[in-house]
Amino acid sequence: MATARLNTHRVVIVGAGPAGVRCAQTLVAAGFKPILIDENRRDGGQIYRRQPEGFTRSYTTLYGTEADKARDLHESFDRLRPQIDYRPDTLAWNLTPGQLCCVSQGLHTTVDYDALILCTGATDRLMPIEGWQLGGTYSLGGAQIALKAQAVSIGHRVVFMGSGPLLYLVASQYVKAGATVAAVLDTSPLGLRIKALPKLMARPGLLFTGMKLLAQLYRAKIPVHLGISPLQVLGEAVTGVSGVRVRTANGETLTVACDAVALGYHLRPETQLADLAGCRMRFDEASGQWWLEVDEEGRTSVSGVYAAGDGSKIRGADAAEHAGRLVALALLRDLQLPVDAAQVAEQRQALKVMDDFRLGLAQAFPWPAAQAKALPDEAIVCRCEMISAGELRRTVSEKGACEVNRAKAFSRVGMGRCQGRYCSQAGAEVIAAAAGVPVQEVGRQRGQAPVKPLSMLTREVAP
Amino acid sequence: MTLNKADVVIVGGGLMGSAAAFFLRQRGQSVILLERDQIGQYASGVNFGNVRRQGRFLGQLELANRSWALWKRLPELIDDDLEFIASGHMRVCYREDEIPELEAYAAAPEAAQLDLQIYRGSELHARFPFLGKDVKGGSYAPHDGHANPRLAAPAFARAARRLGARIEERTEVAQVQKVGDGFSISTTDGRQFSAGQLLITAGAWGQKLSAQFGEPVPLETNGPQMAVTEPVPYALPTVIGVYTKIPEEVIYFRQIPRGNIVIGGGYRSKPDMLNRRAYVEPRSILNQLDQMRRLLPGVGNLNIIRVWSGIEGYLPDSLPVMGPSGNVDGLYYAFGFCGHGFQLGPGVGDVMAELISTGSTRTSIEPFSIRRFALSAEQRSKAS
Repeated sequence: MATARLNTHRVVIVGAGPAGVRCAQTLVAAGFKPILIDENRRDGGQIYRRQPEGFTRSYTTLYGTEADKARDLHESFDRLRPQIDYRPDTLAWNLTPGQLCCVSQGLHTTVDYDALILCTGATDRLMPIEGWQLGGTYSLGGAQIALKAQAVSIGHRVVFMGSGPLLYLVASQYVKAGATVAAVLDTSPLGLRIKALPKLMARPGLLFTGMKLLAQLYRAKIPVHLGISPLQVLGEAVTGVSGVRVRTANGETLTVACDAVALGYHLRPETQLADLAGCRMRFDEASGQWWLEVDEEGRTSVSGVYAAGDGSKIRGADAAEHAGRLVALALLRDLQLPVDAAQVAEQRQALKVMDDFRLGLAQAFPWPAAQAKALPDEAIVCRCEMISAGELRRTVSEKGACEVNRAKAFSRVGMGRCQGRYCSQAGAEVIAAAAGVPVQEVGRQRGQAPVKPLSMLTREVAP
Repeated sequence: MTLNKADVVIVGGGLMGSAAAFFLRQRGQSVILLERDQIGQYASGVNFGNVRRQGRFLGQLELANRSWALWKRLPELIDDDLEFIASGHMRVCYREDEIPELEAYAAAPEAAQLDLQIYRGSELHARFPFLGKDVKGGSYAPHDGHANPRLAAPAFARAARRLGARIEERTEVAQVQKVGDGFSISTTDGRQFSAGQLLITAGAWGQKLSAQFGEPVPLETNGPQMAVTEPVPYALPTVIGVYTKIPEEVIYFRQIPRGNIVIGGGYRSKPDMLNRRAYVEPRSILNQLDQMRRLLPGVGNLNIIRVWSGIEGYLPDSLPVMGPSGNVDGLYYAFGFCGHGFQLGPGVGDVMAELISTGSTRTSIEPFSIRRFALSAEQRSKAS
């Protein structure tokens, strides 16, 4: 009976990052041949993104302290590849129950599934600032991809601004690559980090790595300011970014000249496919954002749909590897196949530690919700549609739109190319502040297909 | 309890109900509008946004003309232009033998106000050079246009509220009945409303209420399939739609001044009426891509950035239910607009307000009477 299930049960994994690869590996070990769909041209996801073929930077150059983990993941994948149905450069743009809609190089295919495991990762969590629509403004993740994938810097003189581990990681990677880093500007004050230390001690090694990054920045004499309040990205529409202006912790205005700025406040999960599948979401108090509702092992509220990695809970790449294995084991158990209980317990224990650590991170580098309230009316909230904070506030005050999707319908915030990835969380904060209610009460932007823009040249592959 | 009493209670806060509330207030009637979810959330808010008269059932053009005159007066009427642009509407066909049908429509006396012009051959491609070579002819309506459906019903409801209408959102009607000279309406949260006259504008749910008065109608629900591209420079002011008898060839598009091209047509989906959600069927989007490449070959390099659907009510003859009840005095209906109610919205609100306030209307709405279904039921019973 078990053998029959192995042959007929169609398992599709979306995302070939740490969660997706470890999930596939665990399923292959149990005798499955999963389909692994990935939007990127190569495996590894974002954090362990592989450089294009022909690039020759070493693992240490590319991944620093994480070089061994990156190599291990890539080598695992290379061994796995003949045993799975791997489909790179493929966007899963929509789904219906039991069927995933994919497009690759302009050709459309549907992929039937009995079990769908979403390892869709995360993108930057962004808070608008006046002037952030100027050319030369990037997200931290975008700045990192430019360096990692193409070995280019986003500018000649770069400011990194925001909060969270990625702020220091990307800044130090730029320093190491020889770029000029004009400043690192962190909105979180030192005090919060000290308060969060007990939780961060859940993973002393990682805490130490973080401190080393900071030490590298100081050693390179990069100005690092903590507890700043972002005021404005300076520049002109034609020439782009020329600097940033912030208020320092002691209340002075600081202007830093630069031609590029990378912004970010940790991460937000990519939940569009889960949303389209009808999976329930829940509001995570610690991070102040909506997450997928999953059980400890990665089961969503929809039977047959699973999730692992940062797409379900933002706990970082190490946790994603454990969660990827665990979700595969959960599926095996749901199919009444033999599962090694000790292996399950091991993954769950590892994830418990990482859960504690992520709570520490949320405390040390909080999402700056108050900035949304303080945004000047002229500041652009939605960069795709160029809608200002004032316009969004008027939909609340004049049209009574106190819910995110309603405000989107009236104002267009979240309606553009990015489908709200950049603006919907900040938009929700602006709406909540204008309506005078907690942010969870204004809801969350519903996912709509296509998950990413779909070319009108797309053609169906003849069956 | 007297607080919950009005001259007219309207059930259903789509465009029809919201516009009726506005025009009833203009005529001095007290109004309570009950909406189960949010104003304009279903068919009224998610449709294509066509403010199109041509191509309609000829017997509907008088109503459409009355509505068109209101569209032209919008900002002064409700303090919102709903992004309405009388940009012109072009109805094109792929077959030579369909051109005489377009000509016959244009020549009909009912269509006189539309000033339709027929284009064909080189003249057509000179005037609309972006159309694909399969397009053989077309009928151009210079005064028709398009508007933003997401804004329409909420703007009418706000205007009605400013005139003193009471708008109750998230208020679901459980039961409606005639009590004495008036109506009693109970809601699922236990409230009671009463009114001298009752207007049912509940769209895809209209037949559930008409059935409570012994007037069931064979209403079907469908989810329209809509898509929108990323913005590109504004170059296509004319709304274009294909006239065809082949369902998958049906496609229409409009570009809005900010640049996005809105696309609709083709296959429809079956809504999930339990959860009140309608989904886009991937195959209908793929069909739209095929059809758009045929109609507008230059569209190829654009991306679709969003798709959506909604819940619309259809009747078998593709005409709405509109007018007084056949059974109950003081009861009126306006629902089931079969996917083409958006243009009619202001006119329907105006006509229903006139009918409810004065007992009659100067606009012909007889073809839309709910009695046409009662009649066929009688005929069925005779036949059996």
